[in-house]
Amino acid sequence: MRVALMVTCINDALYPGTGQAVVTLLRRLGVDVEFPESQTCCAQPMVNTGYLDEAVPVVRNFVDTFAGYDAVVTPSGSCAGCARHQHSIVARRAGDASLAATVEETAPKVHELSEFLVDVLGVTDVGAYYPHTVTYHPTCHSLRMLGVGDRPLRLLRHVRGLTLCELPDAEQCCGFGGTFAVKNADTSVAMGADKVRHVRGTGAEVLAAGDNSCLTHIGGLLTRQQSGVRAVHLAEILAATEDGER
Amino acid sequence: MTGTFVGMPAFPAAAHEALGNAQLRHNLAHATGTIRAKRQRLVDEVTLSLEGNSDWEALRLAGAGVKESALVDLATHLERLEEALTANGATVHWARDAAEANAIVVAIAKRHRVDEVVKVKSMVTQEIDLNRALEAEGIAAWETDLAELIVQLGDDLPSHILVPAIHRNRAEIREIFLARMAAVGRPAPDDLSDEPAVLAAAARAHLREKFLRAKVGVSGANFAVADTGTLVVVESEGNGRMCLTLPEVLVSVVGIEKVVPTWSGLDPLLRLLPRSSTGERMNPYTSTWSGITPGDGPQEVHVVLLDNGRTRALADDVGRQALRCIRCSACLNVCPVYERTGGHAYGSVYPGPIGAILNPLLRGVGHDDQVDSLPYASSLCGACFEACPVRIDIPSVLVDQRAKVVDAHRGGVPKAEALAFRGAAVALSDSRRLGLGERLTGLGLKVGRRFGASKWTSARDLPAAPPESFRQWWKRTDGGRS
Repeated sequence: MRVALMVTCINDALYPGTGQAVVTLLRRLGVDVEFPESQTCCAQPMVNTGYLDEAVPVVRNFVDTFAGYDAVVTPSGSCAGCARHQHSIVARRAGDASLAATVEETAPKVHELSEFLVDVLGVTDVGAYYPHTVTYHPTCHSLRMLGVGDRPLRLLRHVRGLTLCELPDAEQCCGFGGTFAVKNADTSVAMGADKVRHVRGTGAEVLAAGDNSCLTHIGGLLTRQQSGVRAVHLAEILAATEDGER
Repeated sequence: MTGTFVGMPAFPAAAHEALGNAQLRHNLAHATGTIRAKRQRLVDEVTLSLEGNSDWEALRLAGAGVKESALVDLATHLERLEEALTANGATVHWARDAAEANAIVVAIAKRHRVDEVVKVKSMVTQEIDLNRALEAEGIAAWETDLAELIVQLGDDLPSHILVPAIHRNRAEIREIFLARMAAVGRPAPDDLSDEPAVLAAAARAHLREKFLRAKVGVSGANFAVADTGTLVVVESEGNGRMCLTLPEVLVSVVGIEKVVPTWSGLDPLLRLLPRSSTGERMNPYTSTWSGITPGDGPQEVHVVLLDNGRTRALADDVGRQALRCIRCSACLNVCPVYERTGGHAYGSVYPGPIGAILNPLLRGVGHDDQVDSLPYASSLCGACFEACPVRIDIPSVLVDQRAKVVDAHRGGVPKAEALAFRGAAVALSDSRRLGLGERLTGLGLKVGRRFGASKWTSARDLPAAPPESFRQWWKRTDGGRS
């Protein structure tokens, strides 16, 4: 099985550690993951802001990059959601039947990390050790676009040393929402303020989630408040072992 | 004596103001939280039911199916509705827009030489601003739904589809009753408390005089059954039934999307609606009437079938599903944006997620910044779609409407945002053109600056840029092997 890592543009640029964690984790589980260097972005920022024409060449590049693989794994529910459910909209816009066909073929092969681990590899105990108190925020697109359900929690429950705290109102959006975070910054921050209040109320030292975009928003609020709570991507927790956090 | 949404600022500015209102935030969080919990209990109850196939998802599919079956051949069902209504003694009018509908209702009221009408709570008459049109002709339109009465007496605007005074708490309602009731009828008692039962009793005494006096009643309809010519109004208080049965003349304004082909189609819809809206198994009052019944109820019945943008929405491949909406408000109550900004920020009688798609669909995009801002008034979290009893995929329609907003502005002088996305499209279509991975960071920052990075950093820290990008690391270490 040829497996490609879609690291996502935000992880490539801002959170290389998350991509490295996925590589470490998958190698430990026996998957020789490849990183096709022609990848750029899933096109979600364009699609969700209404720039469909601008999304067309980005989606074309995405399928050109990943169509040849058996599986594409990505540490982002949101980017996986875009590839699985929105690329077809872009292909329709392009009016390009061959692009539409490639999209249709590629989309189902794209897996968010927890889906790939639980559904494709069939593991919930990934052999991780993470001696910290953690609360988990289920990101909206992983929850509602992909339906990852409790897969991330099942993975976290098997991490040795980890104490999991339940997050109140966990399923309510953190307020990131892509360009919503700047177009409607006040509302975004108001939503984030409540999320942060709940996170801090758990007493956890680490906030985990499967999307660094949401974590940039919540984490940015947490550090601004000098809260002492760290935002950490799920992949980095699952990659950690007794030999170190990566 | 009503406020107006005309001239409201675009969503971000209106939201900014609403977010600063601590009382509003508290009232909304409490009210939406309460309704959410009630709804969830009743949805779970259906889901867990062991009787036959009556689980919630099957019910949602059935409800969506009934509405879809009407929309797919709307003209035919509307003609059947007109035929059945006419055969039952009702007079059917067709109105292309708000002005035509208002003129029809005004003309009927004038023919009967009345200076007042009593109204059943109705979204569509709010949509066309009927009260204002009647007032302009010297005819008072009395809202009789308790919450609508609060809004009307307070010279306020509705902020929720089901509970239009959701932004008010009972202390505020007491103040409004004491200050305003006397000017328009029976005053509130001097010893009025803020107990819900006491407030309701004051409203009852005030309204009863109006019910008994009014010669003309005005309503909307939740559903219009084509094959029997039956209109249906679903309510909690019984005030609607007073308006539907006591006056001599009844005028109902009905959006053309309210048609349901057959009586049996009401089955799933009447089960979905109360659970989704008030969080009840069944609403206390369901009134149905099929034209005129001699010697019983209004003896002159008019039905105004209104388009007002609905055929525009129907022509939209993606957006037409919004016409399935049964105005339950479940999407408002679960929406994290609505919960914090309230309804007024949406600048329409249709607020919340459904308003964010319905307004642009009914009115068209590209000519009003306020309307164009609505599809962006969402984080696309998807809670609305999950709650919608007729399975309207609101997030997908929002994204589609955003594309229509962007397309409407193509060709003119491009905004900074459009230029930024054009640049991003070129850079992201080819990793070689992008050059090296590190340029992604630069690109992100450039896009950020175009949007106004200060909008991010005013309340949130930005992460520190890493020493190298992932792709630089991959190249340098041979994918971590060296």
